[in-house]
Amino acid sequence: MTEFDSLGKARDQLERRASRRGWRPGLRESALFDRNVIHEIQRAAREGIYDIRGFGAKRAVPHFDDLLFLGASMSRYPLEGYRERCDTDVVLGDRHAAQPLHLDIPITIAGMSFGALSGPAKEALGRGASQVGTSTTTGDGGMTPEEREHSSVLVYQLLPSRYGMNPDDLRRADAIEIVVGQGAKPGGGGVLLGQKISDRVAEMRDLPKGIDQRSACRHPDWTGPDDLEIKIHELREITDWEKPIFVKIGATRPYFDVALAVKAGADVVVLDGMQGGTAATQEVFIEHVGIPTMAAVRPAVDALQDLDMHRRVQLVVSGGIRSGADVAKVLALGADAASIGVAAIVALGDNSPQHEEGYAEIATSAGYYDDWHEGRDPAGISTQDDDLAARFDPRLGGRRLANYLRTMVLEAQTIARACGKSHLHNLEPEDLVALSVEAAAMARVPLAGTSWIPGTEAVVNT
Amino acid sequence: MGAGAGPGLRVGADEGPVTAADVTVRTVDLADTPLRELNAGLHAVNGDGPRRWRVLNPRGAHAVAAGIDAEIEVDVEGHVGYYCAGMNKRAVVRVHGNCGPGAAENIMSGTVAVDGNASQSAGATGRGGLLVIRGDAAARCGISMKGVDIVVRGSVGHMSAFMAQKGRLVVCGDAGDALGDSIYEAQLYVRGNVAGLGADCVEKELDEPHVAELRDLLERAGIDDCDPAEFRRYGSERRLYNFQVDDAGSY
Amino acid sequence: MCGIAGLFSKSLELSEGLGGNLAEMLLQLSDRGPDSAGVAFYRDPGPAGSCKVSLLEPAPGYDWDGVRDALSEAFGAGDPEVRASHAVFVVEAKASEAERWLRERYPELRVMSAGQTIEIYKEEGSPRRFVERFALRDMQGSHALGHTRMATESRVTTEHSHPFSTGLDLCLVHNGSLSNHNRIRQRLRREGIEFRTDNDSEVAAGYLTYRLREGASLEQALEGCLEDLDGFYTFAVGTVDGFAVLRDPIACKPAVMAETDDWVAMASEYRAIAVLPGAEGATVWEPEPGRVYVWERTKVP
Repeated sequence: MTEFDSLGKARDQLERRASRRGWRPGLRESALFDRNVIHEIQRAAREGIYDIRGFGAKRAVPHFDDLLFLGASMSRYPLEGYRERCDTDVVLGDRHAAQPLHLDIPITIAGMSFGALSGPAKEALGRGASQVGTSTTTGDGGMTPEEREHSSVLVYQLLPSRYGMNPDDLRRADAIEIVVGQGAKPGGGGVLLGQKISDRVAEMRDLPKGIDQRSACRHPDWTGPDDLEIKIHELREITDWEKPIFVKIGATRPYFDVALAVKAGADVVVLDGMQGGTAATQEVFIEHVGIPTMAAVRPAVDALQDLDMHRRVQLVVSGGIRSGADVAKVLALGADAASIGVAAIVALGDNSPQHEEGYAEIATSAGYYDDWHEGRDPAGISTQDDDLAARFDPRLGGRRLANYLRTMVLEAQTIARACGKSHLHNLEPEDLVALSVEAAAMARVPLAGTSWIPGTEAVVNT
Repeated sequence: MGAGAGPGLRVGADEGPVTAADVTVRTVDLADTPLRELNAGLHAVNGDGPRRWRVLNPRGAHAVAAGIDAEIEVDVEGHVGYYCAGMNKRAVVRVHGNCGPGAAENIMSGTVAVDGNASQSAGATGRGGLLVIRGDAAARCGISMKGVDIVVRGSVGHMSAFMAQKGRLVVCGDAGDALGDSIYEAQLYVRGNVAGLGADCVEKELDEPHVAELRDLLERAGIDDCDPAEFRRYGSERRLYNFQVDDAGSY
Repeated sequence: MCGIAGLFSKSLELSEGLGGNLAEMLLQLSDRGPDSAGVAFYRDPGPAGSCKVSLLEPAPGYDWDGVRDALSEAFGAGDPEVRASHAVFVVEAKASEAERWLRERYPELRVMSAGQTIEIYKEEGSPRRFVERFALRDMQGSHALGHTRMATESRVTTEHSHPFSTGLDLCLVHNGSLSNHNRIRQRLRREGIEFRTDNDSEVAAGYLTYRLREGASLEQALEGCLEDLDGFYTFAVGTVDGFAVLRDPIACKPAVMAETDDWVAMASEYRAIAVLPGAEGATVWEPEPGRVYVWERTKVP
């Protein structure tokens, strides 16, 4: 072999190794038709139906990371970390109800169904939330006895499907949440194919076993805020006006929707941005319908202020809340509380590297797993399989959730104290600046270091 | 059809219609009593509370007799608005007039009987019990029903039994378009004309067990002038239970 | 989202009490329509060769006498009937002439309605307030439409309120929410139809105006709605002889009709009909989806 040949051989070897890692010189991926897009097109060509998955929007959209707090300096004074108070409590639903919710922290657990989640996972959510004095929410499928037992404060959802709906659970609940929509799929419903129902879930939902589940997109007995008002009145009558009535909407036209929810009689509005998670829906819905959470909050608060209802009808915001910083920012923009869904089950252990082997068996990997509707979750969280669910320890899960919630509250308090606030609710938009033009326009706060808020005439002193 | 107290439905009653002479009857006149007081009273009935109630002058009020959970009888004299007897458990509620939308929505058990017509979404998502409508029901009768039995002496509007999961809907008159669209396992019986069937809803054979079922339902509804043999049965073809590519157009 | 009421008199007695009855209907519909209210009253026909115009000027203390004097000079006109922010003039001219003149001489005034008998009044604020400010209970007439509004996507102003005029002695009220009104508005603007607001109901009214202008009958124009308008609606249209009702084919928005020897009525909820004299004995029914219903004085038995 000549020197020339052996060089060539070495180059071939290098190239083969590189190609096992997926890249060779000259390989350039298209931004439009990247590997994921190609995979999806070819899957559609094979299967003839849209892709369904869980989780929330995965592509990057403007979010709270683009906002920063202005901590104390010369003109503002911070509060000491331990001796000087920074309170965190919130009351939800004192507009009409005889028994509003008193929560110790302004972070609630969003609606997730038994059916989407295993029984032990729902139990863990209840345990964790109760340990820190906050609420959980039932989902599409109704209230299980275990959930009522383990949640000290339980919000009961009224969805278009009305699976499992009954007046006893309405009366056992601490609040009622009428779901008009959710962030992952505002206007959604339709036929959800490929989602298998387990026997227990089928029983609770009065459905035949083993079939694809179809969900309605509108409520069966009312359409529109004028008739919603009459429905809310009925629910109050059935529960003798004891419980707060929440109205949950996916973020699309938040100014109008919040105003209409208030006019229809809502005690609390829950606003879920497009990043909000779901157990399962069409990928095109998740990624292409609805507006980012950060863009929805100010219009929602505007609507409340224009009706003189800010802090009288409370606003709970969800959709991509991940940390105490996100919580603090949402509160600063005017919300009364934040709500977590995906983050809660991640805290329980969803997508944890400890299950990597199990994820590999179902052709995915920790951090990527989103086919929650298939019910094969090795973490035992988004499954109805008894063997898988048995892997999940609800007590440990509850402790994990409680730890995570406490951490978020401490983080939010840290930020709030640095801004000189003795209550998280005293955070305000003027405590924030933006890193990008989009974030500045959406949150209506100035671009950092400038007085510019795109789209307004306002001049802000920096 | 129409307004005014009818001859009195005898469905669910052992003694016939209520008369003013019956001293064990609690009468509530909504002309001078708030609805809240009526419903609170109906919810508070315990072992020794009044077992028979009369409600006067509803004048289209909403949520009349909603949320009852007691073995009592309630006669409502006049037309009601939306959600009359919503989520009813165990009670017998008779409306001597018409109902607005959502009559007996999510009924759990017991009986709701309507002398006149019902508006849209009658019996919506009902999980048990019996709803009888002597007049017509409008669109979406029995929508998403989950075990209730609904018997309509007249006709029903379009999209009736939409996504009907469980239970029986009997229509002595005609049915509007898209009957039983996306139906699951509910059984539908229609005597008159069906304007059109919805996705996955097909006519099925009417065999002896079905005739017996129908006879029983008609009897429980107090309807004795309709021959079960004149009905046709409809139900799910079950093609949409598990997705096949070629059915995509039906969704 | 809103409440609709319509009342058509078949007797002198009812005509005399038309305003009082309509007021009670509107009050029953104020829960579902708290933001603003409006009525179209058909009454007191002007003499042949004249027209009635209903004008809006929200500023209090407006000089209506000055307008009367100018109108008298140009065409001939009597004293206006002033109710709150509106004034109704009978002008000795064709409606198109009067409107053109008003647009030029008094551009700040809005013409709410024009025709032989129609008078449209509407204002933001609660229905209760509307009834008081416009002394609705005093009004008599042959028939009337009323509306209470819960604004969905456009603002709460007087101009966004219903009824919307769609031609001489014609008006529209709407309960529901259209979904393709923006493109239709664009098309209609190109055809010369004017719009003052971003309101979807105003587009439906403009659509009817356009179809009627192009020679369609009222029935044909309403049938056109089924083809061309997308969304949810119960429409009630006021005409010189009566009114028309149309529900979209899906029919999620409510509608109730009732009739006695003295009246025919229409409302979003039965409780608005229950307040009418003799309602207990009325025949009550629901209009079917996707079907045009027209009631006119000559057709009443």
